[in-house]
Amino acid sequence: MAWTRQILRVNLTEGTCIAEPLNMDWANQYLGQRGLATRYLVEEVDPKVDALAPENKMIMATGPLTGTMASTGGRYSVITKSPLTGAVACSNSGGFFGAELKNAGWDMIIFEGKAASPMYLHIENESATLVDASDLWGKSCWETDELLHAKHQDPQIRVACVGRSAESGCLYSAIINDLHRAAGRSGVGTVMASKNLKAVSVRGTLGVGNIKDPARFMKSVKAGKKVLAENPVTGEGLPALGTQVLMNVINEVGAMPTRNMQEVQFEGASKISGEAMLEPRASDGKPNLTRNGGCFACTIACGRISTIDREHFSVKDKPQYWGNSGGLEYEAAWALGSDTGVDDLDALTYVNFICNEDGMDPISFGATVAAAMELYEKGVITTQHTGGMELKFGSAEALCWAVEQSATGEGFGADINLGSRRLCEKYGRPELSMTVKGQEFPAYDPRGIQGMGLTYATSNRGACHLRGYTVSSEILGVPEKTDPLTTDGKAGLVKAFQDATAAVDSAGLCIFTTFAWSLDDISPQIDAACDGDWSPERLVEVGERVWQLERDFNMKAGMTGADDTLPDRLLKDAAKTGPASGKVCELGNMLPEYYQLRGWSADGNLTAETRSKFGLPS
Amino acid sequence: MQKSLSIDPGKCTGCLQCEMACSLENEGVFNTAKSRIKVFTFHEEGKFVPYTCTQCDEAWCMHACPVDAIVVNAATGSKDVISDLCVGCKVCTIACPFGTVNYNADSGKVVKCDLCGGDPQCVDACPTDAITYVDANATGLDKMRQWAEKTDNTVGS
Repeated sequence: MAWTRQILRVNLTEGTCIAEPLNMDWANQYLGQRGLATRYLVEEVDPKVDALAPENKMIMATGPLTGTMASTGGRYSVITKSPLTGAVACSNSGGFFGAELKNAGWDMIIFEGKAASPMYLHIENESATLVDASDLWGKSCWETDELLHAKHQDPQIRVACVGRSAESGCLYSAIINDLHRAAGRSGVGTVMASKNLKAVSVRGTLGVGNIKDPARFMKSVKAGKKVLAENPVTGEGLPALGTQVLMNVINEVGAMPTRNMQEVQFEGASKISGEAMLEPRASDGKPNLTRNGGCFACTIACGRISTIDREHFSVKDKPQYWGNSGGLEYEAAWALGSDTGVDDLDALTYVNFICNEDGMDPISFGATVAAAMELYEKGVITTQHTGGMELKFGSAEALCWAVEQSATGEGFGADINLGSRRLCEKYGRPELSMTVKGQEFPAYDPRGIQGMGLTYATSNRGACHLRGYTVSSEILGVPEKTDPLTTDGKAGLVKAFQDATAAVDSAGLCIFTTFAWSLDDISPQIDAACDGDWSPERLVEVGERVWQLERDFNMKAGMTGADDTLPDRLLKDAAKTGPASGKVCELGNMLPEYYQLRGWSADGNLTAETRSKFGLPS
Repeated sequence: MQKSLSIDPGKCTGCLQCEMACSLENEGVFNTAKSRIKVFTFHEEGKFVPYTCTQCDEAWCMHACPVDAIVVNAATGSKDVISDLCVGCKVCTIACPFGTVNYNADSGKVVKCDLCGGDPQCVDACPTDAITYVDANATGLDKMRQWAEKTDNTVGS
């Protein structure tokens, strides 16, 4: 069990909310969350659909362990077709919203159609109602969250919503829950806004029961918590420094993409690192970091809770930003900092706040600004386009200006909100877009970490580190150390990480547990909670099935093997400094072997044999 | 020796493991809505604060109860609700100055922390030792130690 076995279907065109039973055959094949919701998407949505048309659907999905005491068991994902990439989108978020949804008795919500005017969905256990949201439209995520709490007079509801960026059609808009957690990537917020759906507010008081063997479950949960507590990454590094523990490490190995990936090391990295967030500042003697915070059930607590220096130019006259909110994670610090050449910690924290306040993915936003800065420095974009702003690398002022433009989509914001690929195409320089399948890169340069090149090229949602984080092995030595500068064995490594990750996501757990947990730690928790036998081997099989299903959707959407590639800059321009100096990403050495391991043809298509092996729908 | 819950909000990360352990022990499900201990988040201040019954010696709830449904547990010192006697009048929820006795509409009874009979599950679940179960006569020991540590006892100072 562990599933509630009930899903909510919300038809925004018709204005109906209908409960239906969960398809347990699919749950047994795809486990939950990412995998199971993708199975529903594949069944119900034509892969060729326009992502922003009413015919696209958007699914908010929990996993069987969401809402339980399993450490990090509070995740949900948003699955839809992405307007940024045209591929399947699956964006995973923590916070408390996912667990609340489960606590209200729902495994997932399927949104279909489009409302005639702005609406929000309010759920109190079995009661689900669409409510007029015209007073919320035009409000930021933070305002929306506050207004919904006030309206329902219930401090315990949890809210997931979109901000003004999504309303204005920004292609990398996120869905923000609990003020500062995000289903961040691939423009899932853009899809939500396209349906005239402003928010989902949930209060759940039913509880998550149905655990197959409660005593065994609690025993394995306790064992899992112990492993996390005793591991140096999950027990010390992440609580103390957050994911920002990586900033100096990745810079030193020469894999820190800098100034739109022109370089692989950033001279300002130490100023925007996790360590820098602990340094007392001159104005008030307080550090940027107030403390760490955990998502639901998480015993790692990597979350950053930060303040901005009140004297900083970005907030000097804006007291509404003087309090604490979600601080910089490594990905945000990289994209907003290193990739734009800005080393001003307070500016980056401010921009991160705004990304949360109005629902932008800070990776795609930062990387798109970086592309715009390169276009500006090459004389393609001028002050005429920007209304006078000098969009130079390293300019904190330009970065803060850009995020305010992106938040509302006004002025040059309309260009930034296209994302890097469409922006560079619009200005006639597509080769300057650092993207795969239209999605901007995260914070690891594949010239310095070769396996990540293959991860990016083959990721089912475009460039992404969270589909197969071989950094664990290539840099941190987990589960075992491999050489980041060679391609030998990387095809198998990438596949193994991709499959395991898909299984962990589908369970409702956080991928950060895998710094300490192997599937041998995870499987007993799932097995004790869910009906059936959930051995590590079966989880790998489920993970691979999820991967094949996502790939199948993308191929049917019109993608081909030719999309499994990287920008020329990473394939032809060698790294200039650091341990990877002289190296390009040797993707060609890895891709054919990877296709073979996946059971795909030489041009990247699923073979009939592979389709039948995993029982994929036709 | 009697023990007390000792809560150090400075260590709390707001993960709600305590709330789930509480609901599992008392309700048999993971359900933060039914927990006797609650963690409050003060977002702007960047603060998480777990809060539950302090087991008052002269307990307002116990004195207010018209049917004597709240009694002292001699072993632990906790004030326990005898569900069979409770009539759900909610007077104790009004009497408690701290709000830590609450009504459960599903059962028609009130609920409060009973220290799990001497083995508080919130303590066991807390990953950061923000909640501990210590000698009732020395709940200030940790703070005393922290101040003592600041003492400069160098010879001649």
